[in-house]
Amino acid sequence: MTLEDKQQNIIEEFSMFDDWMQKYEYIIELGKDLPKIDENKKTDERLIQGCQSNVWLDSSFENGKMTYKADSDAIITKGIIGLLIQVLNEEKPEEIVKSDLHFINDIGLHEHLSPTRSNGLASMVKKMKMDALKAI
Amino acid sequence: MEAQGKRKFSVREIREDFPALRQLIYGKNLIYFDNGATSQKPQYVLDAINRYYSKNNANIHRGVHHLSQQATSDYEDSRKFIASYLNANSSDEIIFTKGTTDGINLVAYSYGELLKEGDEIIISTMEHHSNIVPWQMLCQRKKCVLKVIPITKKGDLMMDEYEKLLSSKTKLVAVTHISNTLGTINPIKEIIEKAHAVGAKVLIDGAQSIQHKKIDVRELDCDFFVFSSHKVFGPTGIGVLYGKEHLLEKMPPYQGGGDMIKKVTFEKTTYNELPYKFEAGTPHIAGGICLGKALEYVNQFNIEDIEKHEMMLADYAQDLLSTFEDMNIIGESKRKTSVVSFIIDDVHPFDLGTLLDKQGIAVRTGHHCTQPLMDFYKIPGTVRASFAFYNTKEEIDVFIAAVEKGISMLK
Repeated sequence: MTLEDKQQNIIEEFSMFDDWMQKYEYIIELGKDLPKIDENKKTDERLIQGCQSNVWLDSSFENGKMTYKADSDAIITKGIIGLLIQVLNEEKPEEIVKSDLHFINDIGLHEHLSPTRSNGLASMVKKMKMDALKAI
Repeated sequence: MEAQGKRKFSVREIREDFPALRQLIYGKNLIYFDNGATSQKPQYVLDAINRYYSKNNANIHRGVHHLSQQATSDYEDSRKFIASYLNANSSDEIIFTKGTTDGINLVAYSYGELLKEGDEIIISTMEHHSNIVPWQMLCQRKKCVLKVIPITKKGDLMMDEYEKLLSSKTKLVAVTHISNTLGTINPIKEIIEKAHAVGAKVLIDGAQSIQHKKIDVRELDCDFFVFSSHKVFGPTGIGVLYGKEHLLEKMPPYQGGGDMIKKVTFEKTTYNELPYKFEAGTPHIAGGICLGKALEYVNQFNIEDIEKHEMMLADYAQDLLSTFEDMNIIGESKRKTSVVSFIIDDVHPFDLGTLLDKQGIAVRTGHHCTQPLMDFYKIPGTVRASFAFYNTKEEIDVFIAAVEKGISMLK
């Protein structure tokens, strides 16, 4: 499945929801299911501090592909991280660097990625791409 | 506006005056509980803004033409009204600023110029960053010492500790009238008296009190009182610094530019008189005029009626919230006003705030620009509902149901 296919899948999934609360219910479930990163990996270098919530990102590069693990103290932020990981995990760094993550916009969650929202997500996407760039 | 008899306090009628309250957010009736951050504006103020820009727009204090004179007299009339609203001695004591933060910075810079190494400034644990950082900057600049009044777990200032901090070295005490995070109403009259007893001056941060309480600067005997227009139903970008005239006279100008000068040559510049000495450049003219209109709007009512209604709302909300499991109300002073801050175990404020937003309810989440206070409570932030006189019990019922729904989704 390509990165674009994965985005399309999420868009389709979200089209089934009638209202905001259903969307968030789903995001919260994703957040709860996201594997936690080890407490000892929650170091300052992995911390992306937001005004509202904090995010920890642990990136690794193996066999030509990126793997991301991430965590947040806020569950909605964590759920959105879960979506980003679904799309970007196991992709080649070149693909990640040039990717346009339009699905966030398409499912109506763009507000969470605006820099003014200050939940650390906008900086996280930037860091995911930077880490991929380093691996190229 | 009626000058004499006060308008009957009817929330239903007041709500009619605020067009922004009549809108749907995500298909739900807006419930606006973020009044501590900013208030909505009544039609009376909106009309005045429109009137200024569509009819009277001109630069003030220097034009010979009709419009300039009209704008100047509206602006200065507003200053006079604000002076009388605060019961200041004269309108020369009313300095227009950009807002509370600007007013504090002005005093920290300008009054700060009169301080010397080793002088002490007292603030409190519950201050907004705006009433912390300017003093830290001053302390760095002039090698002064910053002291902090501690608070109790319930959110009251420890007054005995305050007394211990006071000494002949204390030059200024800067405290908030009402805490934006806790809602605590501080005993400022006592604070002022005790500071004066050691010869210190007092600045009161009125950002959270001007919209809820009668402010009488002469009765309080405060040396400086600062507030923002946008929290008292006026436009953003304008506020007031009240200062006692003899202090303002002694203080050097804060910024240089037009309007604040008497005579400029390349060798020497002499400064204008109060209040213009502190108002460099073309001011926010519409803002100054319409802040006066906003206070006129509030002044139609008995402020005690406003206070009573808002207290009722806060008590009602706090009582209902207290029944939730794992609920921690942050700020439980016996003397508090229309703010309820809370955090629920295992529920991040950002998550709950997001879910409330999607149900049409505007609250504030986060540290509310009071990080030292969050450190004191060892929490990342709170959810804060802050009420104004246009809010209702019915809105609180909807809010409580929405909180309940949010918790059920998050836990």
